[in-house]
Amino acid sequence: MNLTLKIWRQKNANDKGKLVEYPISDISPDMSFLEMLDVLNEGLINKGDEPVEFDHDCREGICGMCSLYINGEAHGPDRGITTCQLHMRMFKDGDTIVIEPFRATAFPVIKDLVVDRSSFDRIQHAGGFISVNTSGNTIDANAIPVNKHDADDAFSAATCIGCGACVASCKNSSAMLFVGAKVSQFALLPQGKIEATDRVLNMVKQMDEEGFGNCTNTGACEVECPKGISLENIARMNREYLKASLKG
Amino acid sequence: MSGILNSSIGRKFAMALSAFFLMIFLLQHFAINILSVFSPDAFNEVSHFMGTFWLVQYIFQPILIFGVIFHFVMGFVLEIKNNSARKISYAKNNGSANSSWMSRNMIWSGAAILAFIVLHFIDFWFPEINTKYIQGDMSGLLADGEGFRYYEELVHKFENPIRVAAYCLAFVFLALHLLHGFMSAFQSVGANNKYTKSLKGFAKVYAIGIPLGFIFIAIFHYLNH
Repeated sequence: MNLTLKIWRQKNANDKGKLVEYPISDISPDMSFLEMLDVLNEGLINKGDEPVEFDHDCREGICGMCSLYINGEAHGPDRGITTCQLHMRMFKDGDTIVIEPFRATAFPVIKDLVVDRSSFDRIQHAGGFISVNTSGNTIDANAIPVNKHDADDAFSAATCIGCGACVASCKNSSAMLFVGAKVSQFALLPQGKIEATDRVLNMVKQMDEEGFGNCTNTGACEVECPKGISLENIARMNREYLKASLKG
Repeated sequence: MSGILNSSIGRKFAMALSAFFLMIFLLQHFAINILSVFSPDAFNEVSHFMGTFWLVQYIFQPILIFGVIFHFVMGFVLEIKNNSARKISYAKNNGSANSSWMSRNMIWSGAAILAFIVLHFIDFWFPEINTKYIQGDMSGLLADGEGFRYYEELVHKFENPIRVAAYCLAFVFLALHLLHGFMSAFQSVGANNKYTKSLKGFAKVYAIGIPLGFIFIAIFHYLNH
């Protein structure tokens, strides 16, 4: 495959940045998108040019590290996958592919296609956990009965890998699918109920402080989410938040 | 509870509550207007009741005005805040791949509805307030005293084809707004459950049916007079 890539190049957080065009040839349709970028970078390095910076780690779709806004969609045109699982067979020979970083005020660009998603970490620190007494008499989690539906829903919510595709896809750069998933995975389980009030209030407060936008229920996040996190999690978070606000 | 309106979810909730209120009002407005097609007398009677009953005039009407203003102001405030959450736009964004046109353009359909409400107030509400509360004529009668004025005023307004066209266009925008807004309000208050699928069907009927009904009323009076 011969392709034309238009890639966002930005030296650092303060640089204005611009799209730069790179022709690339002899790309196998069996390559992953990141392998294609590896080929591009090899060529750039051999020519003495600066390689394109992009995030990646496990390349198995589970770490949530890779990002990229490809031809106007987070993780590209395929569904239920991360960029590392996107294959070049999704494109046609001769295509022009526009590659941009995830855009949000709360995800500032560090360099080229790499963005700082530590705002997600700070939201997690605000309440995305349960406190467990580890004094030696900790109850085995499996000893507490959990309704099957709740267990399934909690598990589904917990599959969120925190990649930020929801924020990138949302026209408002809202993080509510991410926070909704993190709130839900605990709110549904007995272990999470003890700190439920503080959790949702603190996580939403942190989310707002980070500068994410307000959800307007377009549903774009759910469609683009590599793990298929459902909008039901946002509704659950809304309920939890309203309940917690009334409690004080 | 304090500061709930300062939070993103609190604002969503407030938008949804005002939306529910406005959707109920719209249904009531339609129910009264459709009477004008079937029975001018019934339309006159109900209009006079609504226009003179203290509970409607002094309690419901101010709440409605507040609800309308709140919904618009909050809508614009949220739009500005949301725009600042992404200061640099994408060079290429394929929004239609993951969301409906209606959901992405609520601000524009809302702005069109706001423009319509201004026209609608100039046409009906301001003259009504002038007649009743400035001139002090609470009788609801025509100038010659021969029967109620409400039906005559309504019919008179729909003689102008440009006004009829403007009203019909506004109702199209209303349908587009409701096609996303109806279900969005339920999601915002946390109601996303086993009933959501069935509710989606009702939402479509409401979002298309009510504006279509208003369009029918406008065209009916234009063609009949």
